[in-house]
Amino acid sequence: MPYPTDFKYTKEHEWIKADGKNATVGITNYAQESLGDIVFVELPKVGSEIVAGKTFGSVESVKAVSDLYAPASGVVTEVNGELATAPEKINKDAHSAWLIKITLKNPSELNSLLSAQDYEKFVSEEAGN
Amino acid sequence: MGAKMVEFNGWEMPVEYPSVGGIIAEHNAVRTSVGIFDVSHMGDIRLAGPEALAAVQHISMNDASRLAVGQAQYSALLYPQGTFVDDVIVHRLGQDEYLLVINAGTREKDFSWVRDHTRDFDCEVENFSDDFTQIAIQGPKGVDLLQKLTDADLSAVKFYRVTRGRVCGLKNTLIARTGYTGEDGFEIYIPADENTSAMVWNQVLQAGREFGVVPCGLGARNTLRLEAKLALYGHEISDTINVWEAGLDRFCKMEKPDFIGRHALEKAKSTGVGRTLVGLEMIERGIARDGYKVLDEEGAEIGYVTSGSYAPFLKKNIALAYVPPQFANDRTILKVQIRSQAVKAQVVPTPFYNRPKKV
Repeated sequence: MPYPTDFKYTKEHEWIKADGKNATVGITNYAQESLGDIVFVELPKVGSEIVAGKTFGSVESVKAVSDLYAPASGVVTEVNGELATAPEKINKDAHSAWLIKITLKNPSELNSLLSAQDYEKFVSEEAGN
Repeated sequence: MGAKMVEFNGWEMPVEYPSVGGIIAEHNAVRTSVGIFDVSHMGDIRLAGPEALAAVQHISMNDASRLAVGQAQYSALLYPQGTFVDDVIVHRLGQDEYLLVINAGTREKDFSWVRDHTRDFDCEVENFSDDFTQIAIQGPKGVDLLQKLTDADLSAVKFYRVTRGRVCGLKNTLIARTGYTGEDGFEIYIPADENTSAMVWNQVLQAGREFGVVPCGLGARNTLRLEAKLALYGHEISDTINVWEAGLDRFCKMEKPDFIGRHALEKAKSTGVGRTLVGLEMIERGIARDGYKVLDEEGAEIGYVTSGSYAPFLKKNIALAYVPPQFANDRTILKVQIRSQAVKAQVVPTPFYNRPKKV
């Protein structure tokens, strides 16, 4: 599955897509593949603040729990409620099954994140370990 | 095969096969049809000789004298304090011949323990662990699958019975109607060389096509055994947990001749247990995992989770936990500390899953 070039990526395998101050956050296809069948997603409430590099929730597969790290700081404006009952949507298409939408505190934070090309290179090295 | 591998007790093991759909698909194939597992990491100890029965009786808690030739039983090796060296399946293969099937992580410890504590008996003790590839064929269609590959009449082999027959052309193959999934099924023991193992594995997959057989990894093995409340060493049983706490009373025969651990268990029985293993079902959203704290309704810590997961067939979040006996009644409301939240759960009857009885 290709990594969209209009997304930015973290080394913790989250993606973020920004449009001005509004951004959408999810986990990458590589993350869902590594986790396997996702059965539970824990997300922050609308209105709560998330901080770049800090955890904002978790996703669990049958076999593992994985923390979610905020790719950027901001305030949560929307939570993907579908995932509460259908977390497997992330396995089906991780790049469209978003987790949260936020208002960015500082859009320039995204400049320090990985491009699609850099991320792809990063995961191919990680997978090769 | 495209398996996702993981290190398990020094073994490179498949944890799941994403190409067949991953843990949930593997798990449900075993519940509804058939799945196969490479469980060669399990160890095998053979005891044979005039005093083999007496030796087995001395080191294990179940009553091996009740075994007919070709019968197997669940049992355990105990320390003198009544806690677990390991749990085992004891097979009686011949008049004076027994096979103990033991866990991967405890193979060397178990073998030393068995050898050291059977020295006074006239019987040979051999570690066969590296000689066999063990393949588990599990699920309601397991019998139909294996019957295609063997001349042994499997309809005559009841659950927890063992026989020998030709399997995939291999003469005198040990075939046991046992498993670790809570489902009907078989475990076969074939020579460990790579070519033979691969040949049998592939033939089993081929023969199972009509039943939709899938290869299964350690992940599904764990969720299947959890639904069926089968103990895992280091979790529900260990060197600090005794037989009564683990609720394995019916496999411990206090009336048989003396065995290691019996004395301590007798004492423990009179004093009663401080904790007991219960099944939990999550009421609120969240998955209890191994090691998470269990709280009472007011939030005081009372115990811990030994195993917990999403249960793929039951489609619930379940767990096993040690709690004081006063919290063990069905429907008792408890909480599990999941990271920063205390999440509501209730005590439920176990096993969580019982396979349907045949009509």
